Amino acid sequence: MHKVYHGIERIAGNVITVQATGVGYRELAQVSSRQGTSLAQVIRLEGGRVDLQVFAGGRGIATDAEIRFLGHTMQVPFSQSLLGRVFNGSGQARDKGPRISENLIDIGGPSVNPAKRIIPRHMVRTGIPMIDVFNTLVESQKLPIFSVAGEPYNPLLARIALQAEVDVIILGGMGLKHDDYLYFRDLLEENGALSRSVLFIHTASDPVVECLLVPDIALAVAERFALQNQRVLVLLTDMTNFADAMKEVAITMEQIPSNRGYPGDLYSQLAARYEKAVDFDTAGSITILAVTTMPGDDVTHPVPDNTGYITEGQFYLRNGRIEPFGSLSRLKQLVNDKTREDHRTIMNTMIQLYASYMETLEKQSMGFRMSPWDSKLLKYGQRFENELMDLKVNIPLEQALDLCWQILADSFDPAETGIASKLTHRFWPNH
Amino acid sequence: MNEKSGTIIGVSGNLLTVEFTKAVVQNEVAYAVTGSRRLKSEVIRIRGTYADLQVFEDTTGLREGDRVEFTGELLAVELGPGLLTQIFDGLQNPLPQLAEQCGFFLQRGVYLDALPRDRSWAFTPTAVAGDRVTAGETLGTVPEGIFQHRIMVPFKLKGALTVERIVGPGDYTVGEPIATLRDADDEPVQVTLMQRWPVKIPIRAYAERLRPSEPLVTKVRIVDTFYPVARGGTYCIPGPFGAGKTVLQQITSRYADVDIVIIAACGERAGEVVETLREFPQLTDPRTGKSLMERTLIICNTSSMPVAAREASVYTAVTIAEYYRQMGLNVLLLADSTSRWAQALREMSGRLEEIPGEEAFPAYLESVIAAFYERGGIVRLKDGSLGSVTIGGTVSPAGGNFEEPVTQSTLKVVGAFHGLSRERSDQRRFPAIDPLDSWSQYPGVVSADQVSFAREMLHAGNDVKQMMKVVGEEGTSIDDFVVFLKSEYLDAVYLQQDAYHDVDGASSAERQRYVFDRIHRMLRCKMSFDDKDGARRFFQRLTQTTRDWNRLEQQSTEFRQIEQQIEQMLAEVSDYA
Ligand SMILES: Nc1ncnc2c1ncn2[C@@H]1O[C@H](COP(=O)(O)OP(=O)(O)O)[C@@H](O)[C@H]1O
Ligand SMILES: [Mg+2]
Repeated sequence: MHKVYHGIERIAGNVITVQATGVGYRELAQVSSRQGTSLAQVIRLEGGRVDLQVFAGGRGIATDAEIRFLGHTMQVPFSQSLLGRVFNGSGQARDKGPRISENLIDIGGPSVNPAKRIIPRHMVRTGIPMIDVFNTLVESQKLPIFSVAGEPYNPLLARIALQAEVDVIILGGMGLKHDDYLYFRDLLEENGALSRSVLFIHTASDPVVECLLVPDIALAVAERFALQNQRVLVLLTDMTNFADAMKEVAITMEQIPSNRGYPGDLYSQLAARYEKAVDFDTAGSITILAVTTMPGDDVTHPVPDNTGYITEGQFYLRNGRIEPFGSLSRLKQLVNDKTREDHRTIMNTMIQLYASYMETLEKQSMGFRMSPWDSKLLKYGQRFENELMDLKVNIPLEQALDLCWQILADSFDPAETGIASKLTHRFWPNH
Repeated sequence: MNEKSGTIIGVSGNLLTVEFTKAVVQNEVAYAVTGSRRLKSEVIRIRGTYADLQVFEDTTGLREGDRVEFTGELLAVELGPGLLTQIFDGLQNPLPQLAEQCGFFLQRGVYLDALPRDRSWAFTPTAVAGDRVTAGETLGTVPEGIFQHRIMVPFKLKGALTVERIVGPGDYTVGEPIATLRDADDEPVQVTLMQRWPVKIPIRAYAERLRPSEPLVTKVRIVDTFYPVARGGTYCIPGPFGAGKTVLQQITSRYADVDIVIIAACGERAGEVVETLREFPQLTDPRTGKSLMERTLIICNTSSMPVAAREASVYTAVTIAEYYRQMGLNVLLLADSTSRWAQALREMSGRLEEIPGEEAFPAYLESVIAAFYERGGIVRLKDGSLGSVTIGGTVSPAGGNFEEPVTQSTLKVVGAFHGLSRERSDQRRFPAIDPLDSWSQYPGVVSADQVSFAREMLHAGNDVKQMMKVVGEEGTSIDDFVVFLKSEYLDAVYLQQDAYHDVDGASSAERQRYVFDRIHRMLRCKMSFDDKDGARRFFQRLTQTTRDWNRLEQQSTEFRQIEQQIEQMLAEVSDYA
């Protein structure tokens, strides 16, 4: 009963136009031409004409290609047999494993009713003091890693994934370098984590439209696992490639851009994906860690900017370190009052003093005389950077807090830290 | 039932183009029918025999040729007892009930009654047969939680009407008639506990609008003392992401000295609403001793919910705010974030291929924003009592740059501006309201002279700070240096406030007056120090002690002790010469 059409009226970029009736908005079609077969999705209906976005791209499509409408929207199979497998952006197997076609589920489904969410309450331990102490990661959080090209963001992502106690890891790669894909796969394999992982990989050489599907597929699968009471961690890298793919499509569709060529709905599009992060009332959870590379190291660039407004904070990776300024976990309050009594105070005080250290550095670079206070700050700041900020440091939260007190005590008198007397009495190390 | 219908001839995102035959009303509600589902939409443009509709739902699966049913009604909300404590989406669907019916996920095309139909309310009439009444006047009351909810003559009625019949005291559901009025044409009008009102039209059933002049105490020191909000006033909080807009609104929603708080979560994170809706029922409102939820209502149209309903959500919220104002109550509407609503307008405008203005926002953005904030205000009602709607909106400027259309349009119309600064939030100086750039046209809770002295101190301190960047500490005189330290002290112990501390988190107006008076004296005090390091050490100690002071209950003996300690410290450095 599927309707079949021949005769494409228009081909522009990855979008083809045909005359057709009875077609549903967002319906899928199969486009077959000499180049082979690709899926395509309806993106506009207008006066009898149907615009379709071809997943494999417009290149090589002939005007007499066959278009077969499938009567449903994009779907992926879902079952336990996904675990340990690698797929591409349209959900086709990328490894040598068998084809899976059971239990098809829709992607890009409706959002969770806010009344069915609960307040996140579990800390995710990473062993990284800049995260655990200063910007605690929380189960069900959505958090990007803001980074310039060349920073070790993928290793950081992988390290957190391996260290976190989760049931399922889902990796969505967008415009990933093939080497990076292999890096993730091998690392998961070596650490025995591949068998609880599913990989959806779009590499830089794959068709751009498939890049657009990766987050939706990855998150649809994550959602199913979460509904089965699993704690799921979704890694997305790199969301800037996803946004750029959207930009490319919008420009082909002649949409009016709002900011540096990006479509006006960039915020809503990104939010629709990130908001899939959830802690379900009476079921599992989805935590999302996503890489957002910043073109030109500019956080005001539309992609990191819109992302920052959507996500629950960000880790700002620069010079191989997680920056204390700019980094934020908006959910840390929900857990850091249950870790240790001094956690919050240490977190705030250390950062305020580090800010003063930065001012002192500035003064020093201008050649001003260093006051005794400045000298204390310099000593403090250097120890902070070497003993806490270095990404090689891997210690539990409690040990990191103790180390913070030690650095404070080695650098200052209690009153100079502004910490409430009640706490200094208890925690200030004795010399 | 109205039988007007049309046919879909185009679908692009959530925009439908529909061909129609009988007359269509601009902004009327219509339903697009797909299978067994009816998707709520609004007519937003009419050209010839084509109407453009924005659909408040996902449009997946709609086809050309699908039917559209027009209702002839503008988008409206239900007003009546039972609104408080509820959590609605932008179209006033109660979310918990939707969850009961549909489970974890929102389902499109499911619309529930905003007000429970089966619940009855104890009605006590105040009007009697024969009374002459006009729109907005009270016919009787029902208790709704901690309030006497007034049942009013429907706002849409014109001229004077006569009460022909009114029921006696008793229990009634929102659908049962409780009175019959006769209008000027001698037509009978049935009145129920509930009425409907179109969201985009302000409710004007009051005697007169007044100028906002009384402070609305938020218990945030930098706000109440330096940049106050007034009852019936408007204010905005622009700031880059992570600067503290939402936290500031959350604290305000807890502590603000008003009767009712309406939270419009517009296009931002769902998780933040969850915090409110899970925590408020457990928190006690110190004003009433009851749960905070009893004075709260949440309109929740978060970022992954349908975009077109975002726009509706702020209007739904303000209409409900106006409704409670009509009962002589002070209502605070907090909208987070107005930029998301502006972006929804931009998305629609783009689909309509309108000529774009700056940053592709539509040309009418400014007037839409102005009209929204104009719905705030304090009014004298027809019975002489006062009611107010105060509106506070956050703004999320692209790139954190305030020179953008939404911030600029908002600044033109609001009475106070709390600009959040990235620099202050990076330094964890919360609330990160910029003490130099912000402003307010409203009177505050402490003496204006003291405040202006303190503001000058902040400016002077900042000047010294800038100068020190050029000439260094060694090139700065000790007097200037002390000015700098004093301004930093004021910042650390008064402007900054620990939102997560039980005592420091909320400072009453009375406490603010008391503490600020002491701090002001400190700022005025001439001090002498041997050298800059001595001065710095003194202020570090003073800061720590004052912060300890901030964390103590004002009634406690420790509070007095620390106060004396501070005075002693001051006496040691005072220069009486
Ligand atoms: N008044 C405050 N006191 C302490 N921390 C705050 C305060 N305001 C904001 N913060 C911190 O900043 C983070 C971001 O605040 P939020 O209000 O979510 O920002 P925005 O809404 O502007 O994006 C919070 O999660 C919290 O860590
Ligand atoms: Mg916010």
